[in-house]
Amino acid sequence: MKVLVPVKRVVDAYVKVRVKSDGSGVETNNIKMSMNPFDEIAVEQAVRLKESGVASEVLAVTIGPAAAVEQLRTALAMGVDRAMHVDAEEGVEPLAVAKTLNAICDEEQPELVIMGKQAIDDDSNQVGQMLSAMRGSAQGTFVSGLETGDGEITITREVDGGLEKLKLPLPAIVTVDLRLNEPRYPKLPNIMKAKKKPIEEKSIADLGIDTAPRLKTVRVEEPPARAGGVKVSSVSELVEKLKNEAKVIQ
Amino acid sequence: MSILVYAEHDNSELKSAALSAIACAQQLGDDIDVLVAGHECGGVAEQAAQVAGVRKVLVADGEHLAQRVAENVAPVIEQLAADYDYVVAAATGGGKNVMPRVAAKLDVQQISDISAVVSADTFVRPIYAGNAMATVQSTDAKKVITARTTSFEPVAAEGGSASVESVDAGSDAGLAQFVGAELSGSEGPELTTARIVVSGGRGVGSAENFKLIESLADKLGAAVGASRAAVDAGFVPNDYQVGQTGKVVAPDLYIAIGISGAIQHMAGMKESKVIVAINKDAEAPIFEAADYGLVADLFEAVPELEKSV
Repeated sequence: MKVLVPVKRVVDAYVKVRVKSDGSGVETNNIKMSMNPFDEIAVEQAVRLKESGVASEVLAVTIGPAAAVEQLRTALAMGVDRAMHVDAEEGVEPLAVAKTLNAICDEEQPELVIMGKQAIDDDSNQVGQMLSAMRGSAQGTFVSGLETGDGEITITREVDGGLEKLKLPLPAIVTVDLRLNEPRYPKLPNIMKAKKKPIEEKSIADLGIDTAPRLKTVRVEEPPARAGGVKVSSVSELVEKLKNEAKVIQ
Repeated sequence: MSILVYAEHDNSELKSAALSAIACAQQLGDDIDVLVAGHECGGVAEQAAQVAGVRKVLVADGEHLAQRVAENVAPVIEQLAADYDYVVAAATGGGKNVMPRVAAKLDVQQISDISAVVSADTFVRPIYAGNAMATVQSTDAKKVITARTTSFEPVAAEGGSASVESVDAGSDAGLAQFVGAELSGSEGPELTTARIVVSGGRGVGSAENFKLIESLADKLGAAVGASRAAVDAGFVPNDYQVGQTGKVVAPDLYIAIGISGAIQHMAGMKESKVIVAINKDAEAPIFEAADYGLVADLFEAVPELEKSV
């Protein structure tokens, strides 16, 4: 089974983001960038499928400026077989990302696409579902468990009331949630080896994808700040405040 | 402007999230039709017809829609969408799952998880776990939107008298096959709509200790939530998780117990009216968001709090 894993370069999850003073976006200059944490989980799952002999080949793909190759190196160090960089400007919207991945799926014909359920920068949570619709295939979103079978997979999804199990025929698109696995830290020799591996280059324009934005960012602002709170010294003071000041309990 | 709202339900009950989606729709226009897609869901349609401000309820009933798998629901919405300027759903697990599939088929760039309507084509949505708010203008002729339920006060469940009509339910796509569900069916109020939420984090220490949190919640008539750390550690099931990737809540009172306050957790609760934090670490970031902070050992403070309320 061939597995495709799209990965995205995002501001590291532990960086406290700052809004640019001109309101045009979020500061990304001189900020630590990483692979989207959900995509790391997807890469880990794909590599495990390879290690267990289920996957024959794992291809990681990223769409973005040249710097995004760094995240492909991470994927290679984790154990993917091939890496593909689709050159594009920053901020390609989910719909255009899905179209790009669809074009790559046409060429590569993966039986399984595993990806993060959302990117932690724009929090859109769209690409997997969109790609699945475009390919007319089954989708398993927010996945916390994955079993492979003959021509099908059984997934466990995190839903609002708990968990749900679905059986999906292959090819299928899976978007992963936090509890699917714990991604490995690549070992130093693997990091070194990954630096020398070839990266397949494509450009989004050559794939014929229209990347004209459909959403115009009017402005980006800080969220309204919460007024500073107070420390209380005891449970009784807390209860008194909640009853008489905040009036949220009787 | 005409709006199609995809309603969240469980074949027997219309969910509060649907009422929030309708509230969002009301800010977009007056001609609001509600789609109830499911199986043997006539009761839900009747409830939807009672909702204030609804023009028409469209019912797509079929066995293949019983579990509302995205592959079967999306074509129903897609087909109806031709007649509408907007398609709106709540940004819940169900809405997030199906709507991008619809948007892709319509060649529309969906606007996810909006927290405000600025004008007919301009919306506000949180990005970076709510650490920034983006105002975006859509150039698509048709707009596909998911709405953050905590940002839109649910409309009244009664007072309307919409007509109910059947629509083509389509057929089974033969893709996803429902195997089963493991619903935690927690007692007490629903997390996303509760007036009070009591949440526990890593500091609670174990599933056994989580009874402290549940007991306090019970006394307060509150829903129980948790941080990602508590869910990852197996103290409680996944559907308790509050945060960027879990549920977004905005109760009148949110009590965070043994929660340090990671950005990702705050993203799910910082719209709460009053936030209380109980943590033994005085430096925990949760105190920056808390209206009332108590630096204390939760194993002493929580039982005492339970006795005093």
